[in-house]
Amino acid sequence: MAIVVVFLPLLAAVIAGFGGRAIGDRGAELVTCAGLIVSAALAAVVFYGILGQHDAQIIPLASWIVSGGVDVSWSLRLDTLSGVMMVVVTLVSAMVHIYSIGYMAHDPHIPRFMAYLSLFTFFMLMLVTADNFVQLFFGWEGVGLASYLLIGFWSDRPTANAAAIKAFVVNRIGDFGFALGIFTVFVVFGSLDFGTVFAKAPSAVGTTIEFLHWRVPSLTLACILLFVGAMGKSAQLGLHTWLPDAMEGPTPVSALIHAATMVTAGVYMVARLSPMFEYSATALAVVGVIGGTTAMFAASIGMAQNDIKRVIAYSTCSQLGYMFFAAGVSAYGAAIFHLFTHAFFKALLFLGAGSVIHAVGGEQDMRRMGGLWQKIPYTYAVMWIGSLSLAGIPLFSGYFSKDTILAASWAAGDAVGRYSYCLGTFTAFLTAFYSWRLIIMTFHGKPRADAETMHHVHESPWVMLIPLFVLAAGATVAGYFTRGFFIGEGRTAFWKASILVLPAHNSLGGVESIPAAIAYLPLVCALLGIAVAYLCYMVRPGIPAALAMRFRALYLFLLNKWYFDELYDRLFVHTAFVLGDGLWKTGDGTIIDGLGPDGISAATRELAREASKLQTGYVYHYAFVMLIGVVALVTWYLIPR
Amino acid sequence: MTHWPLLTLVTFLPLVGVFFIMLARGDEAVVARNARNIALSTSVIVFLLSLLLWIGFDPNTAAFQFVERANWVQIGGFEITYHMGIDGISLFFVLLSTLLTPICVLASWQSVHSQVREYMIAFLVLETLMVGLFSALDFVLFYVFFEGVLIPMFLIIGVWGGPRRVYAAFKFFLYTFLGSVLMLLAILAVYFQTGTTDITVALTHHFPAGLQKWLWLAFLASFAVKVPMWPVHTWLPDAHVEAPTAGSVILAGILLKMGGYGLIRFSLPMFPLASAYFTPLMFTLSAVAVIYTSFVALAQTDMKKLIAYSSVAHMGFVTMGIFAVTSEAVQGAMIQMLSHGLVSAALFLCVGVVYDRLHTRDIDRYGGLVTRMPAYAFVFMAFALASIGLPGTSGFVGEFLILLGTYRVSTLECFLAATAMFLGAAYMLYLYRRIIFGTITRDDLRGMLDLSFREKAVFAPLILLVLWMGIYPNSFLTPIRASIDHLVAQVNAATAGAALHASLN
Repeated sequence: MAIVVVFLPLLAAVIAGFGGRAIGDRGAELVTCAGLIVSAALAAVVFYGILGQHDAQIIPLASWIVSGGVDVSWSLRLDTLSGVMMVVVTLVSAMVHIYSIGYMAHDPHIPRFMAYLSLFTFFMLMLVTADNFVQLFFGWEGVGLASYLLIGFWSDRPTANAAAIKAFVVNRIGDFGFALGIFTVFVVFGSLDFGTVFAKAPSAVGTTIEFLHWRVPSLTLACILLFVGAMGKSAQLGLHTWLPDAMEGPTPVSALIHAATMVTAGVYMVARLSPMFEYSATALAVVGVIGGTTAMFAASIGMAQNDIKRVIAYSTCSQLGYMFFAAGVSAYGAAIFHLFTHAFFKALLFLGAGSVIHAVGGEQDMRRMGGLWQKIPYTYAVMWIGSLSLAGIPLFSGYFSKDTILAASWAAGDAVGRYSYCLGTFTAFLTAFYSWRLIIMTFHGKPRADAETMHHVHESPWVMLIPLFVLAAGATVAGYFTRGFFIGEGRTAFWKASILVLPAHNSLGGVESIPAAIAYLPLVCALLGIAVAYLCYMVRPGIPAALAMRFRALYLFLLNKWYFDELYDRLFVHTAFVLGDGLWKTGDGTIIDGLGPDGISAATRELAREASKLQTGYVYHYAFVMLIGVVALVTWYLIPR
Repeated sequence: MTHWPLLTLVTFLPLVGVFFIMLARGDEAVVARNARNIALSTSVIVFLLSLLLWIGFDPNTAAFQFVERANWVQIGGFEITYHMGIDGISLFFVLLSTLLTPICVLASWQSVHSQVREYMIAFLVLETLMVGLFSALDFVLFYVFFEGVLIPMFLIIGVWGGPRRVYAAFKFFLYTFLGSVLMLLAILAVYFQTGTTDITVALTHHFPAGLQKWLWLAFLASFAVKVPMWPVHTWLPDAHVEAPTAGSVILAGILLKMGGYGLIRFSLPMFPLASAYFTPLMFTLSAVAVIYTSFVALAQTDMKKLIAYSSVAHMGFVTMGIFAVTSEAVQGAMIQMLSHGLVSAALFLCVGVVYDRLHTRDIDRYGGLVTRMPAYAFVFMAFALASIGLPGTSGFVGEFLILLGTYRVSTLECFLAATAMFLGAAYMLYLYRRIIFGTITRDDLRGMLDLSFREKAVFAPLILLVLWMGIYPNSFLTPIRASIDHLVAQVNAATAGAALHASLN
């Protein structure tokens, strides 16, 4: 049955992609949506089965690469972790598929779009059910491809094409680390299967490996290299630049790929590899610091953006940071829990934003919105729900996961945990602030769009609203009902062997015993954030502009996203083109060809010209040369030896 | 199986086709049509026959199979035998040759209209020579085939090529000539050492360590040009640019593999000590090739040149894998060569498709083709991804095994070469974007037709093979395994023996 869950989306993608012309737009929508709904329903059944069994179940499919010491297979690994991911992926994907019917209704390439969405789902499922590093990499690259295709879906837009390439190449830089990590794992453990590697991980503690002429602890090296891959996919500090640009893709894509599923693959990877990370304190510390820093950094940028989707994109980046620093303090359960709730409320926010964009005729700039709430009340309501959940307001799903992460960070007690807690709590303030800034700028105040646009503002069709309601329900109650399994008392029985937490790292066990002030501080910060946003944008709309004038440098710094893009363009992109041109024209042209074939041919021509000068045509010249020759020969033979 | 001289049949059957093409009479159009049909049917039959080699191949032995032996020339004590046979190293190169020939014929169906008869003859002769060189087990025979390949190739570039074909052919000649002479000298030296021109004897002969270095260098001179390794690669972009589409296909698909084949077939087993000695050199040149040409590819404005440079980068992986001398890396190098043979051939065919319609290779002249040519966009994307090495395509398996095998030997080398993961993605997607995406700005682009049925028939088998090799590479790895493992063990034993000997002294 798990095989059907994974391969049905592929089948649907193939039918819609290649048969799109035959079955038409409706047919393609029907096939892919039906495929995903069936897949989601079966995923739930599979997950229920997983809960009942004790060990991970491996379904072998076929042998893949057998060469030398390498022996990897195609197979599906079913345990709690992959089960949770399967449910999240298929559920959100099904919702996004249905929503797309409405959102993409006027697009001329519907079958292609639906096929890409289903193809993405297939790769994502292959990723989460992988039982070895290579299949994980297969899914990893596959979702990268789907992301590339969907970001660049509107291929007549130069910005979309640029964003697509940027996403792929930046991800590939991360994968460069990932691949080296895989090789390190192979050299250290002699295998690429999760089972074998995890079993041997404790014995690798204390061993070292030579890497680029340095001796380094082998497990730490492997984990950090693999984490570089996670940083690329999950848009962490330094490799995050592709994610905001990825908003060039259609909004359903942003919801599915760049919020709920693909970008969380890095978090999934760290959780999946917890049996390795647990034995490397250094690697965990790196994960924690990068996660904590990214959370704060991305939220700070989110405050100053004006594009509705970009605000949510930076918010995603920031929330992924939360998940990582949870993993950094070994609270993998909380990380996946936040992944789970985040999938609901962030997909909801994106799809809600899509509904807004749909209503105002494609406008994404919040400065040209405002005053929409009465015209699109359902969208307005779900945006509130999503924001409440994101900000971590009690009883909403996000509250349980986010609070637990912060509590666990404090409970971990080490420096990294404290660092994450402080940044994370401050980020809670920022998060609430930019969320309500978004809501107020979009829905309240006087309409800033022109009358023509305002006249056409309309609520989205039911085919878009129903997925929103489903996700809104998840964003509201999913956390409350499942918290006992993910992070509560039942967590060991729930996760079983799919996640390893060493007894010494049991930060989740300590969340109950942290001081009350520490426990409530994030909530206070969030409420403060809402209040400040209300004050700045509702009560005294002049404040933001005044602040921006007053702290102009800081404002520009945030508005320009800490100048990462400018820096990278100057440093890498521009350099690469200059270097390429130089190597080509100077290296190949002047030096290699100049000294090589062209040089030799020129020298030959020169020699020939010189030689031809000897042929003067005067008989006495020839006679004279002959005479010299004769004299030389005679002399040679006359010399006594 | 041995009753039938299958290998000889596969090798020389194309010449029968040549004979029939020569018989063709009538006006030019009739001759052209007959020549095309005969060439296609002959090459398809040869391909089907060559499949029997794969079916009948015993993957459990490293020994040569389908061996045929006959006395050929005997002058005094000097004798040359007609000695043919294949093992896991040569099997798929033979198949690649027989596969690409019918594809070339099909791809030239309409684009070549002058001297069609001679053109088809050239390709069939080329096929004989290619199959021959991969299955020859006598040095003289090998040398004849190896050098013979250049003649039809020269003609294909020189007669049916582009405007600067003379320069390209001359450059090609200058590079290969020097290498060939040195290899001939080395072959003579091998003969004087072993007393025979039999390759199977030479493969197990122990050459003195000092001599090994000289012979290794002499062989390298020939193979490095063919691969081509940096810095003797500059003939390749020019040759590709001037060659007709099918010429580029053979050039990228087979000719470059002659170098890699030579290194695996001769340099490693005959000169293991020299190979070990020169490994740092080869690693350096390979890493330079990968990084240098990736950057150069980024700066190209000519489609064919860009793909040519990407070929140099991909072949840099091959030379790196060969000299890592681990099972994974060398098998990876084999897969990488097969994969590159399919993928780069297909990419040149992709260039050919739009060149046939617009007669320019200038990237900036294109853009927005996806709206007019969706099938073409799909095909091009598939091969671009295979070139990037996306898992699930053949390109990944080769690169992955090479990098993994190399990592065990040198993390630095692996690190440097792995940069191709993002550099390759950058230049390939940048190329794709400029041709396929964007908006159509010119009228001539607006009128372009999507792939015809014939063109789809050309691409379909290539796509299937690329996926097959990516999803279930064991079909290809299994026949290769015994021969490569044997080779790696042999080389390692020799170097370990020498090290032991040195430590004892």
